Amino acid sequence: MKSDARLTRREDTVAERYVMSIDQGTTSTRCILFDHGGRLVSVTQREHKQHFPRPGWVEHDATEIWRNLEQIGPKALAQAGIGSGEVAAVGIANQRETTVLWDRHTGIPVTRAVVWQDTRTDMLVEELARRPDAYIVEDLCGLHLATYFSAPTIRWLLDHTPGLRERADRGDVLFGTMESWLIWKLTGGPDGGVHVTDVTNASRTLLMNINNLSWDDTLLDFFGVPRAMLPEIRPSAQTYGVATRVMPGVRIAAALGDQQAALFGQTCFAVGEAKCTYGTGSFLLLNTGHEPIRSTHGLLTTVGYQIGDEPAVYAMEGSIAVTGALVQWFRDGLGLIGTAPEIETMARSVGDNGGCYIVPAFSGLFAPHWRSEARGIIVGLTSYITKGHLARAVLEATGWQTREVVDAMNADSGLDLRTLNVDGGMTANNLLMQFIADVLNVPVVRPMVAETVSLGAAYAAGLAVGYWPDLEGLRRNWHRAAQWLPAMDPALRAREYDNWQRAVERTFDWIKPHEE
Amino acid sequence: MPGPVQSIERAAAILRLLAQGSGRLGLSEIANSLGLARGTAHGILRTLQMVGFVEQDEATGKYQLGAALLHLGTSYLDVNELRSRAINWADALAARSGEAVRIGTHLQGKLLVVHHVFRPDDTLQTLDVGVLLPMHATAMGKVLLAYDANAAAAVPDGDLEPFSRRTIRTTKELTRALSGIREVGWAADVEETTVGEASVAAPIRGYGGLVVGAMGISGPVERLCDPHNRPRPDLVTFVRDAARAVSRDLGAPRW
Repeated sequence: MKSDARLTRREDTVAERYVMSIDQGTTSTRCILFDHGGRLVSVTQREHKQHFPRPGWVEHDATEIWRNLEQIGPKALAQAGIGSGEVAAVGIANQRETTVLWDRHTGIPVTRAVVWQDTRTDMLVEELARRPDAYIVEDLCGLHLATYFSAPTIRWLLDHTPGLRERADRGDVLFGTMESWLIWKLTGGPDGGVHVTDVTNASRTLLMNINNLSWDDTLLDFFGVPRAMLPEIRPSAQTYGVATRVMPGVRIAAALGDQQAALFGQTCFAVGEAKCTYGTGSFLLLNTGHEPIRSTHGLLTTVGYQIGDEPAVYAMEGSIAVTGALVQWFRDGLGLIGTAPEIETMARSVGDNGGCYIVPAFSGLFAPHWRSEARGIIVGLTSYITKGHLARAVLEATGWQTREVVDAMNADSGLDLRTLNVDGGMTANNLLMQFIADVLNVPVVRPMVAETVSLGAAYAAGLAVGYWPDLEGLRRNWHRAAQWLPAMDPALRAREYDNWQRAVERTFDWIKPHEE
Repeated sequence: MPGPVQSIERAAAILRLLAQGSGRLGLSEIANSLGLARGTAHGILRTLQMVGFVEQDEATGKYQLGAALLHLGTSYLDVNELRSRAINWADALAARSGEAVRIGTHLQGKLLVVHHVFRPDDTLQTLDVGVLLPMHATAMGKVLLAYDANAAAAVPDGDLEPFSRRTIRTTKELTRALSGIREVGWAADVEETTVGEASVAAPIRGYGGLVVGAMGISGPVERLCDPHNRPRPDLVTFVRDAARAVSRDLGAPRW
């Protein structure tokens, strides 16, 4: 029966048109169709393989990701029982910083894509950081030097792939993050493909000037990245081109890094509004308006979004490397649960953490510590500890890491966070959401559409083509789906936070300098 | 009376085989042991794998008994897993119907609320997850009684606890109501729990059509029902479509 997927309300069947979003994430690619009310109409998804060729290396096959999109795009349309003619526009949200280099003439990636989690550039980053002119990086782009961002990866690939630098200098090899790669492929690839990126993705490369939103020659020189391989920087919401493949004729009208897309999907359009997306990693973004604010507490300055020719909106970001990934490790690495949601069942089998804490510094710690030499630990082990306590410690690690970022953000912005808007897969975990409300001591609110990453990309694309009139119209689509209120005894909160902080200290200085 | 079903006999033989010895066998070993064509054995193994009775090792490609088989006696689907799989469709149902959505499962004679989406009007509401509700007086509870034989067996014989003038009072009356629910595929509760409140619910099914939970909306009678106190057909359709969408994601056959 077809009608089950076509859950359209009668009053908005006027044009019967939808907006599609492509969420190219770290573990999977998804296509979602939304209707005019911002409601989800159909979802298709396909996971791609994670390659771990060496310790610390994480790679994706960009061609596999493209093929997945070729499958799930048409499937999403079929599930909704519509043709591509009924899609007003498509928007892309993508895993950020992941670096794809491909041959302009053949459309074939020159290496596997290097994922944001990959730490192969740690030596290079250390080396670059020791240069006397290293201070310009943060001054110009608002980010500090870290393995996480694209520029060191591009440099590493150019240095370690024979002949690549010459090809890049000649403009035969193109760089892009995942949105650039997919837009180029969708618009024809070697046959007229459009090579663009959006301001939010460009703001994560270490190569874009945060004030004028253009590639910066000083930064290009610093990292040794040839300009010829870079895409053109465009606003987040603007028609970049028309798809010739997968969904022929559909306008590609938005691209945002996944976290910025979530900020947009949560309709955090006003200064001071913040959201946290709980996925593999977690990312808290605060809208800071038209001026970039510099952090003194380890947060990043980034672009939130830019609608057409309007001035860009900036955001402050706290990134946590490992949250959902810790649950995945609990499932796949330890095999203690069969599926990720079962962690809540296991955690509820005990009343507390039993004195056990897990600090998941798998590839160092991100905000607010930025310690690349830290590694994960489990502390407080006694013979009393069961897998239930470990399950609790896994979930609590996400709560405390959020608390550290919120503390830093409050200090930098001078505002106290009043409410935390949350989204992402982990918001289905009630124990975790309650714990976050408890340790932050503010209400935690989940909006009606948990898929805010996809929704944000759809919203931006819909705005660009006039499917939605303005930001206010989008805001009206936002509704509260669930709310968790803080209920923890303040003394307990203080004691537990202290334990957590002591556990974090014990992760520092584990990897010795100059040791592979 | 029809004879034995050959594929079920073969499936049982495969499970017996895997339960013996090392417990890890390749496709050829299984096919050879039972004298089956590789294609036939593969088809059966894939089905067993889908329902969780058999698992395949990614590295070696060998088959072994699945975790689901070891936990046959306990919960079929973890409630947190159910919430996680249903959350998008529950949100969509709340957005479309304009009412609060809940998902429930059967727990020791009661209805356990495992997921709750607020009514999308941004008024102050409190999460209901973990709350126990009466089975015979709620739409979700009646759906589970209609489709889950174990839940139905847990209802005590005799008089049922009344919550309002309209609550079903006797098991006889309940039996009649349940057979009506099975006929139409959904249930309603109009002022049976609380005066002025109504709810509509439909079953969520997993593999093989097994009912694993119920999903429904609730709200004031005047919004959910027509002037004759009958649930509005458009809302019933929303509820049934959403429950079907979750079921489809859980691997239920189409119905």
